[in-house]
Amino acid sequence: MNLEIAHYYLLVSAIIFTIGVLGVLLRRSAIIILMSIELMLNAVNLAFVTFSRINHSLDGQIFVFFIMTVAAAEAVVGLAIVIAIFRKKVSTDVDEINLMKW
Amino acid sequence: MIFAITAAVAILSAIIVVTHRNPVVCALSLVVNLCCIAVFYLLLNAMFLAAIQVIVYAGAIMVLILFVIMLLNLPQMERRREPAGLLQSILGGLLGVLFLYAIGRALSGYSRGFEAMPIREGFGWTESVGRLLFTNYFYPFEVISLLLIAAMIGAIILAKRKI
Repeated sequence: MNLEIAHYYLLVSAIIFTIGVLGVLLRRSAIIILMSIELMLNAVNLAFVTFSRINHSLDGQIFVFFIMTVAAAEAVVGLAIVIAIFRKKVSTDVDEINLMKW
Repeated sequence: MIFAITAAVAILSAIIVVTHRNPVVCALSLVVNLCCIAVFYLLLNAMFLAAIQVIVYAGAIMVLILFVIMLLNLPQMERRREPAGLLQSILGGLLGVLFLYAIGRALSGYSRGFEAMPIREGFGWTESVGRLLFTNYFYPFEVISLLLIAAMIGAIILAKRKI
């Protein structure tokens, strides 16, 4: 693998992260927002692995391992919240979840 | 060459994730995206992470998300919803361009002048990652187990109808 294309990996990571941000901002379905968060986490993981390869240090890969665990926990709790709200409102639209709106 | 194809597929599937109306299609194209990122990991000498990516992310987490989508019968719910407003889309697009520019500026400092470093034997394989995980990162590793238990208990309590 040649390291001259390492900045393309970072570019792909940035593009995927931006798409995830747009998904969080523009979509209204709570589950699709959760999936966009997964996209962003994966983009950051890709950047971590790229830096790990560039600096020839395994610490970045350990960080990715931890991020994956946190992402699993986040997905589980997020989906449980979605199910709990769906029981009350029969909808996953985040515009209708205005319980804590001031 | 492999990189170019994989990058194109990854970006395309990411766009499908945030634009498609049917949540099942979104979830399946997210699986495609995760597999593409696993290929990137392989190209970057992170074999252990590539395996974990496919098993944990594309396997476990995506099955969970698909299960919830099917349980709540979301594809029918999604049909009677109006698309995002025009103003919202324009503002979001502008913000996206700005965001990409900012990240590009931040990353461009790193993108020049790499020496092609030779890879040490076993870099990124399970043995080296596991050795580091159980020496330098042992306490974070134990804290992670606590976090997973907390998440599990929290999910059970949230999803239970009556305690």
